[in-house]
Amino acid sequence: MVAPSDAPDAGMAHPTARTVLDEQDISRALTRITHEILERNRDSAGLVLLGIPTRGVHLARRIAQRMSEVEDREISAGALDITMYRDDLRLKPARALEHTEIPDDIDGKVVVLIDDVLFSGRTIRAALDALGELGRPTAVQLAVLIDRGHRELPIRADFVGKNLPTSLAEKVKVRLTESDGADSVSIAGGS
Amino acid sequence: MITNLLSAGDLDRTDAIRILDTAEELLGVASRPIKKLPTLRGRTVVNLFFEDSTRTRISFEAAAKRLSADVINFSAKGSSVSKGESLKDTALTLQAMGADAVIIRHHSSGAPHRLAQAKWTKGAVINAGDGTHEHPTQALLDAFTMRRHLGAVGGDLAGKNVTIVGDVLHSRVVRSNVLLLHTLGAHVTIVAPPTLLPVGIDHWPVETSYDLDASLEKADAVMMLRVQAERMNASYFPSAREYSRRYGLDTARLSRLPDHAIVMHPGPMNRGMEITADVADHVRSVIVEQVTNGVAVRMAVLYLLLGGAAGESAEEEDSTDKDRV
Repeated sequence: MVAPSDAPDAGMAHPTARTVLDEQDISRALTRITHEILERNRDSAGLVLLGIPTRGVHLARRIAQRMSEVEDREISAGALDITMYRDDLRLKPARALEHTEIPDDIDGKVVVLIDDVLFSGRTIRAALDALGELGRPTAVQLAVLIDRGHRELPIRADFVGKNLPTSLAEKVKVRLTESDGADSVSIAGGS
Repeated sequence: MITNLLSAGDLDRTDAIRILDTAEELLGVASRPIKKLPTLRGRTVVNLFFEDSTRTRISFEAAAKRLSADVINFSAKGSSVSKGESLKDTALTLQAMGADAVIIRHHSSGAPHRLAQAKWTKGAVINAGDGTHEHPTQALLDAFTMRRHLGAVGGDLAGKNVTIVGDVLHSRVVRSNVLLLHTLGAHVTIVAPPTLLPVGIDHWPVETSYDLDASLEKADAVMMLRVQAERMNASYFPSAREYSRRYGLDTARLSRLPDHAIVMHPGPMNRGMEITADVADHVRSVIVEQVTNGVAVRMAVLYLLLGGAAGESAEEEDSTDKDRV
């Protein structure tokens, strides 16, 4: 099962990573997402930005920082750990929990969930379950840096940095300065 | 990660810190509008209590319920145990009903080990206090409370001085605490009258003293132990008044502790005996907080023992796999 790929080196036997987004691309994508979020929601007062650990949190902080600059006031991002809500907990040994930090009451707010890669959609399903127990937001929107397709649930992103058609054999690797020392998105593997 | 929690000595530094860090995250659940996580939905946890308990049983029950597990409470009173049923038959009955975890408190030291090693139950066995042997979750919640108050969240207790005072001979709390605090790098001083120190204490990784006043100035945390009159079959000290004068924590002694030091007690307290009412209700006393923390720590233990598939600890996963089933 190989998805069509326009990249010539995707068919190489040796899994070499190729970079699809560099530091500037990521920066531009986040700036665009920031403006799209503000445009869609008209103002930032009723917004709560929640990143999904670990890289989603870094992205949420970057978007919050850009939003603070545009709106000229302090906007902070929170973190929402979804480990306890995963549907595959019993398939792997118990995992360590990540930090959950909700900056504001989410009742009556518009929550924007932020993650690095949207793939099967199961992480987002878990995040929606987690949100439901924290309050009742007016609306929940989803912003992702990469949408690589292959959804297994009826979930789609509202704001996408880049749509990246991939095969299931390929691996999308997002690296961010905060956790990996540099910014890049690369694809490795493939058949 | 281990599969049973029988002794605080089974935990290495990594496991202990993992439990404490997990508890740190789970503490927040108590302040949410919906105090429930779906993680252990469909799992059955049995509270097998052969000995009376208030806080430990309720704490385990609350922890299991907050993780959505089904809880079956069993107490020896009013069960077939009073007709003479053995631990083995009780355990086999519970196994037949499909218990995923058995939380056992027993008046005989070693009962949880027997239960786990004889494979009478397939579920995880958690020791909730056996005789005068161990009480590992109490040690974990004590370490958790110390970490929060002594500015060591996320790390261990290296270099902290903990003074444990009182009836060491009959205390399972102290045995678990000594093992865990040693693993976490804390320096433990045990203060007790000579009659209440067990044989072989010179092999414990602790310093011992008969003089409470000499051990106060350097303590970061003071843990008072209950004088367990129900286990005492001889006169270990001349009178309650003399014990309380020499080994009780009163306001005068409290004022000699360092400013950051905390006062702990595993409960239940004998007010006026090992601790005066003034000290028990003092702002420096964290005794009520210990109970709150107990629920979070027990949630962490239940989650780590039951939450995932059995096997070695999870490997580091990259962002790509996070979304994959």
